[in-house]
Amino acid sequence: MNLDAKTYQKYANAYAKKSPSPKNCIAAFLVGGSICLLAEGLYRLYLHLGVAEAAVRILTPVTIIVLTALATGFGVFDCLAKAAGAGTLVPISGFANAVTAPAIDNKAEGMIMGVGAKMFIIAGPVIVYGTLASVVWGVIYYFLHMRGIV
Amino acid sequence: MREIIIDCLLVFAVGGGFCVIAQLLIDYTKITPARILVTYVVAGVILTAVGIYEPLVKLAGCGATTPLTGFGYSLARGVEYAVRDKGLIGALTGGLSGTAGGITAAMTCGFIAALVFNGKPKA
Repeated sequence: MNLDAKTYQKYANAYAKKSPSPKNCIAAFLVGGSICLLAEGLYRLYLHLGVAEAAVRILTPVTIIVLTALATGFGVFDCLAKAAGAGTLVPISGFANAVTAPAIDNKAEGMIMGVGAKMFIIAGPVIVYGTLASVVWGVIYYFLHMRGIV
Repeated sequence: MREIIIDCLLVFAVGGGFCVIAQLLIDYTKITPARILVTYVVAGVILTAVGIYEPLVKLAGCGATTPLTGFGYSLARGVEYAVRDKGLIGALTGGLSGTAGGITAAMTCGFIAALVFNGKPKA
């Protein structure tokens, strides 16, 4: 299809308008809330099983990441994501899917430039800007800490 | 028992609330999902820095730590810990230390999934 910018905008808008926001929001709320509740359940279960709290804090998101990778591999995640929108995107499942899906889909391009590089197509910017923000906060925190403010 | 139910409702409401905000942003501003993720992580760092996020985590547990803002919270918490422990150099090491588990798990799962599963043929 050969489209100039204006026609494309019209074309894109026609599709964009199709998403009914109240319905999307309810779906996002229910699915997103459920994923967080699942995480909370896992958190309490691990604590109950006697795992140390520091380990539980890592183990809980890791479990969600593993489940997401499996759901992505079996093609279930895509179906859920279509219905849930931001409900699957915003929890850690969205990050895990953003790593796993391009890794699987770009396998044909090879292990280096396919799997290894494409894995970070979305996760890369997330890690870069998140880390940059943490560096800025770290420097500020250092001076606040030196002056005894925090 | 009643306490557990209230806790669960809080987890659900806060976690779901973060998703609704993102959904509204997607529907009304045409912001791409990738930008949402970046925005949420950076917002998590900022909210932790100004002291809003920690109380939210105490209140809603995984409802606050599971959304991507919680990833930002881990980055900020990691950097605070590292700066207190090692001084200024901690600003360079703390963020990724605080999130190493999640990032490494995602990479490992992504790699294994790529070995095991085959992608859909591109339409």
